[in-house]
Amino acid sequence: MSKDTSPIEAPKTYRVQLLICAGTGCVSNRSFKVRDALIGQISKQGLSDEVQVVATGCQGFCAQGPIMITQPDGIFYQMLTVDDVPLLVEEHLVKGRPVKKLMYTPAKGEPPIPKLSDIAFFSKQRLIVLRNRGLIDPEKIDEYIARDGYQALAKVVTSSSPEQVIERVKVSGLRGRGGAGFLTGLKWELTRKASGNGKCVICNADEGDPGAFMDRSIIESDPHSVLEGMTIGAYAIGAKNGYVYIREEYPLAMKRLHIAIDQAREYGLIGDNILGSEFSFDVAVHRGAGAFVCGEETSLIASLEGRTPEPRIRPPFPAQSGLRGMPTNINNVETWANVPVIINRGAEWFSSVGTEKSKGTKVFSVVGNVTNTGLVEVPMGMTLREIVYDIGGGIPGGKQFKAVQTGGPSGGCIPESLVDLPIDYERLTEVGSIMGSGGLIVMDEQTCMVDVARYFLDFLRSESCGKCTTCREGIAAMHDIVADICNGQGKREDIGLLEDLADAVKDASLCALGGTAPNPVLSTLRYFQDEYEAHISEKKCPAGVCRALIHYRIDPDKCKGCMLCNKQCPQDAVEGMPKEPQTIDEEKCIKCGVCRESCKFEAVVVE
Amino acid sequence: MAKLRPEDLDKIAERMRHQTLLRDGAGRAKVTVHMGTCGISAGARKIMSVLLTEVQQQHVEDVILTASGCAGLCSREPMMTVELKDEAPVKYVDLDEDKARKIFADHVLGGKVVTEFALGVGSERLS
Repeated sequence: MSKDTSPIEAPKTYRVQLLICAGTGCVSNRSFKVRDALIGQISKQGLSDEVQVVATGCQGFCAQGPIMITQPDGIFYQMLTVDDVPLLVEEHLVKGRPVKKLMYTPAKGEPPIPKLSDIAFFSKQRLIVLRNRGLIDPEKIDEYIARDGYQALAKVVTSSSPEQVIERVKVSGLRGRGGAGFLTGLKWELTRKASGNGKCVICNADEGDPGAFMDRSIIESDPHSVLEGMTIGAYAIGAKNGYVYIREEYPLAMKRLHIAIDQAREYGLIGDNILGSEFSFDVAVHRGAGAFVCGEETSLIASLEGRTPEPRIRPPFPAQSGLRGMPTNINNVETWANVPVIINRGAEWFSSVGTEKSKGTKVFSVVGNVTNTGLVEVPMGMTLREIVYDIGGGIPGGKQFKAVQTGGPSGGCIPESLVDLPIDYERLTEVGSIMGSGGLIVMDEQTCMVDVARYFLDFLRSESCGKCTTCREGIAAMHDIVADICNGQGKREDIGLLEDLADAVKDASLCALGGTAPNPVLSTLRYFQDEYEAHISEKKCPAGVCRALIHYRIDPDKCKGCMLCNKQCPQDAVEGMPKEPQTIDEEKCIKCGVCRESCKFEAVVVE
Repeated sequence: MAKLRPEDLDKIAERMRHQTLLRDGAGRAKVTVHMGTCGISAGARKIMSVLLTEVQQQHVEDVILTASGCAGLCSREPMMTVELKDEAPVKYVDLDEDKARKIFADHVLGGKVVTEFALGVGSERLS
């Protein structure tokens, strides 16, 4: 074409563009207020045709927020406030002189260390629940308020009806982060609509999965986010009283929670006539004794009432009849901590993060055979590969990745072949595991999956409350069978028997403890049946873990006779002269593995 | 303490910004020790007391020393973050008392990043 005949007008060009960050970090530092002030001041100066203000996504300098970059001159402003705006507009936009005191000037000769935004552990995460982690002092309410804390509560009690709040939480698509993934807004609505004298909300902080520490960490680093979420929920539901049920094993979280409650009460953010409104609500802390079954809501309520923590038949659900017969809404710590952000940033924004049916982010505690163990928050739908390799940094020691266990004792093992699985509620259920509360245990090739199943059954048989026969006796029977398999006494028919028992335990147990207890066995049987077969028919443990089935041997071709294993062996089972290949006396060997760990030449082999 | 009204939240936020923002003259440097359970069990309390001792012995008055929760990377605790006025924060990992003393002397007082103990510069990306 020789000439552009397009009727579409060329986009308007501006002399200057102001790119102001609208990431969560900057928004909680009031970047929207700064943006509005900029637009106002620019129009006051008659510059609206020359200067455009654009809200951008997160720039990754959240601690310096609100930040703004000017184009085309590329000046980087940081920590802007509304008060800075008149000066900035006058100097930079009218007179063309960048305002030095508001600029971020990198040190001369950047230090030769990477940027946090270039380190995959940090850059792949997306922080909503953990928005204040490492940035505020959790024992100072003013620091939470300075990062937009309690603004959502203020917005709700001054300008929203309870029904509007429930609607917003429903539209956001937030689902319970404690395990089952029930829609939070719907749960609130059921409790609001239930008739009953007095209503209450409970925060379930009875985190019991081995290897899981999401809830503890959220309370430790940002207790007010949970309190604010609960107070908003109480307003929406019409509750006067709230309880945090937290386990006694979390002393630091408990201490910070108490401080937070006292400070919030002093400020009138909980208590009577919150923020001068008609709404009153107060929170008490209940210390749990650390029984796993107390994570189940009806058991938790029983424990709160001072009774033995045993689940009961539902219906009635707690939403109809919960604590002392009151309609009761129970949500997990992480669920509550999401609520203020949904109110502040909008339900639509929240639901733009995640997958079709699983919205927002999920916090995982990544532990096990992985380089970076820690607490990570990722958008729903991230693949296991990204979590294990990019964020987790892969498997240490050059070993092979074997499986991931999600959902704790109620969850299942996901094999390496499914490493590209996007993690959300539906996908995890499809592959035989569950989201659970967010424990994510990474396992390498030296993990025996039969032994893993045995471990979880052992945990569950001691944590079963004993009310249902199938759970009490069934899990114990399954444990004994799997333990026999580990000890080399497995029989051919054991696998079928395990599957039958699993069905019975699942079907005939009242609560989710029994209902999900067989998952670790079923998922390992599904993906690692060959390992069970090897234990049963060949009497071998391929991963070299089950002591009854393994032997340690020293390869004479690789052994240099350095004597390191000889000196380290606690049983004096390694024999031989210096500079000559060593041997292991099987009579004395207790298969502790010290020789293999100490060997520098990989001469100790397990068979 | 009087009970708050909605508009008081903004006032507190403004006051806090002036008290904690280095740019507004609150100090020349801010040092945050990450003190979640993971940090404390790895020795964060010792790091904090070393820093407190340094501040007292050297009569340092323009450094804000504060605590915060877990920084996420539990396997590299104890961790601390050093932020000098007009510079991006630097995160240090795998600390012990000697490393903390060196970082305090070289970076906090001397302005030179101790690269051998540093994990990275900048802050985490929120959504």
